[in-house]
Amino acid sequence: MANTDIIIHDKKDNVGVVVIEKITPNQDCDCWIMENDDSTKIQSKNEIPLGHKIAMTDLNEGDTIIKYGHDIGKVVKSIKKGEHVHVHNVKTKKW
Amino acid sequence: MEIPRSFLGYKRENGRAGTRNHVIILPVDDISNACAEAVANNIKGTIALPHSYGRLQFGADLELHFRTMIGTGKNPNVAAVIVIGIEPKWTKRIVDEIAKTGKPVEGFSIEGVGDIDTIAKVSKKAQEFSMWASEKQRQECPISDLWISVKCGESDTTSGLASNPTVGNLMDKLEPLGVHLCFGETSELTGAEKVCAKRGKTPEAQKKFMKTWNDYNDFILKEATDDLSESQPTAGNIAGGLTTIEEKAFGNFQKIGSRQFIDVLEPAEEPTKGKGLYFMDTSSAAAECVTLQAAGGFNIHLFPTGQGNIIGNPIEPVIKLTANPLTVKTMSEHIDVDVSKILSRQMNLDQAGDELIKSTIRVANGRLTCAEALGHKEFVMTKLYRSA
Repeated sequence: MANTDIIIHDKKDNVGVVVIEKITPNQDCDCWIMENDDSTKIQSKNEIPLGHKIAMTDLNEGDTIIKYGHDIGKVVKSIKKGEHVHVHNVKTKKW
Repeated sequence: MEIPRSFLGYKRENGRAGTRNHVIILPVDDISNACAEAVANNIKGTIALPHSYGRLQFGADLELHFRTMIGTGKNPNVAAVIVIGIEPKWTKRIVDEIAKTGKPVEGFSIEGVGDIDTIAKVSKKAQEFSMWASEKQRQECPISDLWISVKCGESDTTSGLASNPTVGNLMDKLEPLGVHLCFGETSELTGAEKVCAKRGKTPEAQKKFMKTWNDYNDFILKEATDDLSESQPTAGNIAGGLTTIEEKAFGNFQKIGSRQFIDVLEPAEEPTKGKGLYFMDTSSAAAECVTLQAAGGFNIHLFPTGQGNIIGNPIEPVIKLTANPLTVKTMSEHIDVDVSKILSRQMNLDQAGDELIKSTIRVANGRLTCAEALGHKEFVMTKLYRSA
């Protein structure tokens, strides 16, 4: 089994979670999709630490972040595929 | 793995079984803490449970205080109880309710006596209880005598990926064997509340859940100065990669596996609808939540953590698990079960669930948890509003 750098919960998700200590810019990462045991690849644009999210696709302001197959918040600053997704570009829809 | 069908526990007078055999010195109120701690210092084999409240409370807040006190005393992990209050009336109310379990319990009040004579009098009774309890032997109890509560803390994305689903896997395996299960954390289901409500086994349970969550949310909207973004997610959560409360909620929710809940409990309320999963309305602050679940009668606790929460409880053993390999490395003395191999895919959820079941049985049989060995005894009352 190839080393897994990123785990994606659900095939509908547009973000994945880094599961190694960190990924570095321009790293070719192996991703595993838990739901259907599928694999995919992505090239990172930033350094992203363990547990943090990477965008699996380009995202525009106002788009919804999907994780676990569910809505977990909105994009407040556009994000390119392979970039770090966190509090600087995503906000809750709740408060 | 074949799941063990029994553990070695302490059979109690009312038919419940404990995983521990504590003799507790329970102060009714903040000003009785000094007496309770002096007695526990005098008499080996007893523990005092000091806390901050119990004076001039009223209404639902006072009822919750009583429910927490009484439930803590009734918990099967407790062999015998001494209750100390400033006044006799509230002390007696707590003693009388605990006495219904059939376990030894005695109350004392300080007013008109003073600390020193009270400590002397209580110490004699505490010595009697401690020596009596020390002769209790563990015996084989069916696994259905386990009442397992769960709550996660210092969560990060590894919690939602692996440690919380490990707890969910355990629930899926143990619920059919007749255990009682309990999850809580009303605030940390925000964002997943509608998905969670659908897990209610009956329309009544679903409706009760939504009412509980809506009441909580109305309270937040009324009290919050701006929003909860400083508290939910916490700074620790954010450092661990969690971005929003919704993300945290869907991760949190993995703890119940594919189970359905049969009822919604008030904070510290004892379940009465038989075996199965219950939701309890609790804060998401770790010590408050576990204190309420212990008062509801739960006798062993599973606590998945990401960044490394260190909480323990004086009467309910708290088993920590984590999937975060950095936390395993940096905080190993706090971690009972390491499931970090799930992230590197060297372990699957089924195997992780089995490992957690094994550890749960070992702790139920008497193995100390990390939190117990380190002396964590957080006993924290939930306060609904200010006192009169």
